[in-house]
Amino acid sequence: MAFEYAPAPESRSVVDIAPSYGLFIDGEFREASDGKVFKTVSPSTEEVLSEVAQASAEDVDAAVKAARKAFEKWSALPGAERAKYLFRIARIIQERSRELAVLETLDNGKPIKETRDADLPLVAAHFFYYAGWADKLDHAGFGPGPKPLGVAGQVIPWNFPLLMLAWKIAPALAAGNTVVLKPAETTPLSALFFADICRQAGLPKGVVNILTGDGTTGAALVAHDGVDKVAFTGSTAVGKAIARTVAGTDKKLTLELGGKGANIVFDDAPIDQAVEGIINGIFFNQGQVCCAGSRLLVQESIQDELLDALKRRMSTLRVGDPLDKNTDIGAINSAEQLARIRALADSGEAEGAERWAPACELPANGYWFAPTLFTGVSQAHRIAREEIFGPVLSVLTFRTPGEAVAKANNSEYGLSAGIWTEKGSRMLAVASKLRAGVVWANTFNKFDPTSPFGGYKESGFGREGGRHGLEAYLDV
Amino acid sequence: MSDRLSVFKTYKLFVGGKFPRSESGRVYEVTDSKGNWLANAPLSSRKDGRDAVVAARKAFGGWSGATAYNRGQILYRVAEMLEGRRDQFVAEVADAEGLSKSKAAAQVDAAIDRWVWYAGWTDKIAQIAGGTNPVAGPFFNVSSPEPTGVVAVVAPQESSLLGLVSVIAPVIAGGSTVVVVASEKAPLPALSLGEVLATSDVPGGVVNILSGKAAEIFPALAAHQDVNALDLAGADAELAKALEIAAADNLKRVVRPQAVDWSADPGTKRLMAFQETKTVWHPTGSLGAGGSSY
Amino acid sequence: MADVTASDASLRRFLHGLPGVDPVGLEARAAALGTRSIKTTAKAYAIDLAISMIDLTTLEGADTPGKVRALCAKALNPDPTDRGTPRTAAICVYPDMVATAAEALAGSEVKVASVATAFPAGRAALPVKLADTADAVAAGADEIDMVIDRGAFLSGRYLSVFEEIKAVKDACRRTDGSAARLKVIFETGELSTYDNIRRASWLGMLAGADFIKTSTGKVAVNATPANTLLMLEAVRDFRAATGVQVGVKPAGGIRTTKDALKFLVLVNETVGEEWLTNEWFRFGASSLLNDLLMQRQKLSTGRYSGPDYVTVD
Repeated sequence: MAFEYAPAPESRSVVDIAPSYGLFIDGEFREASDGKVFKTVSPSTEEVLSEVAQASAEDVDAAVKAARKAFEKWSALPGAERAKYLFRIARIIQERSRELAVLETLDNGKPIKETRDADLPLVAAHFFYYAGWADKLDHAGFGPGPKPLGVAGQVIPWNFPLLMLAWKIAPALAAGNTVVLKPAETTPLSALFFADICRQAGLPKGVVNILTGDGTTGAALVAHDGVDKVAFTGSTAVGKAIARTVAGTDKKLTLELGGKGANIVFDDAPIDQAVEGIINGIFFNQGQVCCAGSRLLVQESIQDELLDALKRRMSTLRVGDPLDKNTDIGAINSAEQLARIRALADSGEAEGAERWAPACELPANGYWFAPTLFTGVSQAHRIAREEIFGPVLSVLTFRTPGEAVAKANNSEYGLSAGIWTEKGSRMLAVASKLRAGVVWANTFNKFDPTSPFGGYKESGFGREGGRHGLEAYLDV
Repeated sequence: MSDRLSVFKTYKLFVGGKFPRSESGRVYEVTDSKGNWLANAPLSSRKDGRDAVVAARKAFGGWSGATAYNRGQILYRVAEMLEGRRDQFVAEVADAEGLSKSKAAAQVDAAIDRWVWYAGWTDKIAQIAGGTNPVAGPFFNVSSPEPTGVVAVVAPQESSLLGLVSVIAPVIAGGSTVVVVASEKAPLPALSLGEVLATSDVPGGVVNILSGKAAEIFPALAAHQDVNALDLAGADAELAKALEIAAADNLKRVVRPQAVDWSADPGTKRLMAFQETKTVWHPTGSLGAGGSSY
Repeated sequence: MADVTASDASLRRFLHGLPGVDPVGLEARAAALGTRSIKTTAKAYAIDLAISMIDLTTLEGADTPGKVRALCAKALNPDPTDRGTPRTAAICVYPDMVATAAEALAGSEVKVASVATAFPAGRAALPVKLADTADAVAAGADEIDMVIDRGAFLSGRYLSVFEEIKAVKDACRRTDGSAARLKVIFETGELSTYDNIRRASWLGMLAGADFIKTSTGKVAVNATPANTLLMLEAVRDFRAATGVQVGVKPAGGIRTTKDALKFLVLVNETVGEEWLTNEWFRFGASSLLNDLLMQRQKLSTGRYSGPDYVTVD
């Protein structure tokens, strides 16, 4: 008799979602100036969760002005006081982490296991880490008395809504800036809950402003004259458009964009852990991760053995209800993203790669894509070059370390890479040659507030996390 | 007074460690501040820019892979060679910038000292910009700066030598390679600096010096997909904006033009502008399985 | 595989050629599987399965026939309030208690397991270990839990360990041609590294182990999710390589239902249902049984049980 896990859903009752939300400007929620709204749905069920305001250019202007007004006092506060606000926020996030995890899972579609064990702990840790910097900026290695930039306009993606908010807001506030943040169109809710956390923390009004909206809102924000700093995480195409927008201005810019991370497995790898690392590298958050290990580069001599193990392991992945505590793979974030994944996967087949997915039943409603593996992929295939941003792994092979590095670097991106080998010198040699901002050796997809994150080449510039992450928000 | 006729120098570009003329065959007249003819300088074309990028890319692997100590030795050697030709550069800078001999000498001395400053930086960048990160887990985590790649630079227009050195030395001290378009109206000290670099153990292609019009050459460099970063020090606001827009095509790192006192302490800003931070994680774990107490 | 064990050198080359184990990754995987939420019907199934997999153990210097008989009664009838409760897989005792246990369990499907080979240290001459084994088998043991010579293993004398396991396996034979099943205990806490545990697992399986077992329960570190996961990977890979299925027995330190369920999840998601029977997976435990029984009562009655509602044996 098989050991079937009974459903183990996390309770939805810990989160109370209002039927509608306004924009959070100058410490208050208000409707959009033109009254426009849009709906946010749960990607796993297509259920409408709430209705949120669509910020207009006028709203962007109001938010930037509120942030500008708040900047004067906020930047003049002793660092120790700013620190205490951030510590308060970190603590409130810890207290409300279960609620926020469920909310994030509902709005994003990712498994509760991840929001509970990865997103939320990292969010709180990020605020806790940067809180401690607020009164130590003189010692951060940027010279004496580093100054904040002013108003930061921040635009974040839907894959880690609250975590990306934390990556943006925590260092900005610690350094003495005020912010106007636009969450992604498909995942606005956790940022709006964060506004409530700011209220609970007693954060002065106007220090944090949250504008929900689509791409037009983001474009208006980054183009606004009153913005001194632009931080964006998202697609490379939008990143380039933003870079053009801010060209010729004094706006400081940091961009965290796409990737096509190579996960390199040598024949002396710790195989079982490598398999876990490959799985985690491409199926964590349904592969909707900029630093995903979406290209598996496996040494030819162990290709068969590794692929057998990988397929066996993929067959145990549990796809389904994101609120179920035993779910490994949840829903794709939106119909649009699902269509993109499908199109690229279809191109893989059309171009001659071999497609494989374990037998798994996908729910009837919502946006779903089975964990998928392509073998026989060559560097020329679209699925080896373009970011799929979904649970699709392209497998390529190599014969020598030099070939592995050459193939890994043969990409316009340069965000992440993985190395699996038990030989220390090989790990260090390969790590030093990879043109990628984050290299995970014998592990993958690990994050920490102290650890700088960001890309080479078209994966963007600037770093988030660690001491390096402060620089993006200081006039240095 | 001797009636000996002096030998003029033919000023040439410095690309890939060699001294080519512009592939276009064009030159332009360079005058001193009073309008007297000094020399004909090569009027570089976009193709010269492209050749320089190829040379810079080819040199990048070796230069970025050299030890920091070795790079420091070579930069110091540049200072030594420049010191040895101090008088020549004083004369050239005086002519180029319309300075008195003593003011020109101060510029040259500062330029020499700037090489010394950056020579000492090569093996310290990683120590101030990198380090281990205390992540909350059983991992060793280290961040280190790495050179960005090929950097294209518009040299400052007014400060023909000190300004030039101040923009190319930080690029190569950090391990990147450089294509620089010299001051349009005062390119001769830059072209002569190529001769110094050629005799200073700087590998060919690490520094590539073009003369001509930035507005003509640079748009192609700003749009070049194999250039990783731009320093627009000597570009005017309008050109700089256009270049920054072009640079977005492959997300080049861009240092915008700013008012800079080239004689002031340069700080680390330009040094760090062409560094990428790479963070490497590796598990640590315990010595033994399951809580062994060793 | 015969040439692998042809010499000390070839055996060493083979064992050292097995893939390395990254401890952090292994422990992270075990911990991740530990977060599975086993509820309602799944929990009921898993509790009964766990009970049926227990080698109910008493290995004390103070053991007496009376104590062993009481334990046998418990194995046969774990919960007097519910006769539908599964029996444990076996009783595990020292060799001199085998006859008592065999008599008490006669006619039932509950096996008699005996530790042997100078358990737990294993520090005796080979003839003594073989006599210890043969004595237990002759007294009616269905299963023998031997300890390997950790000293020999740690000093790299793999062939010596191999030959000793083979010799004990021979000593498990009965006169009628049948044989007691052999469980090979590595004492993973003393082998110390995961690489050693993987090598020992293969060494034991190559020598003919029917089961590989983590520990004696007599040292500081016994069964852990990570070392059990590693051994499950080893039996999985061994069967893929040879076609021979080998069982796994974590022992020592597993005291709660929550712990036991985590181990069953490891089995389920690493080797699957073919190992989800007491033929191929066992728990070496004593106090675990009462916790499982209390949880079982909670599931059937809806209220929490207490220690006075399970038997103290």
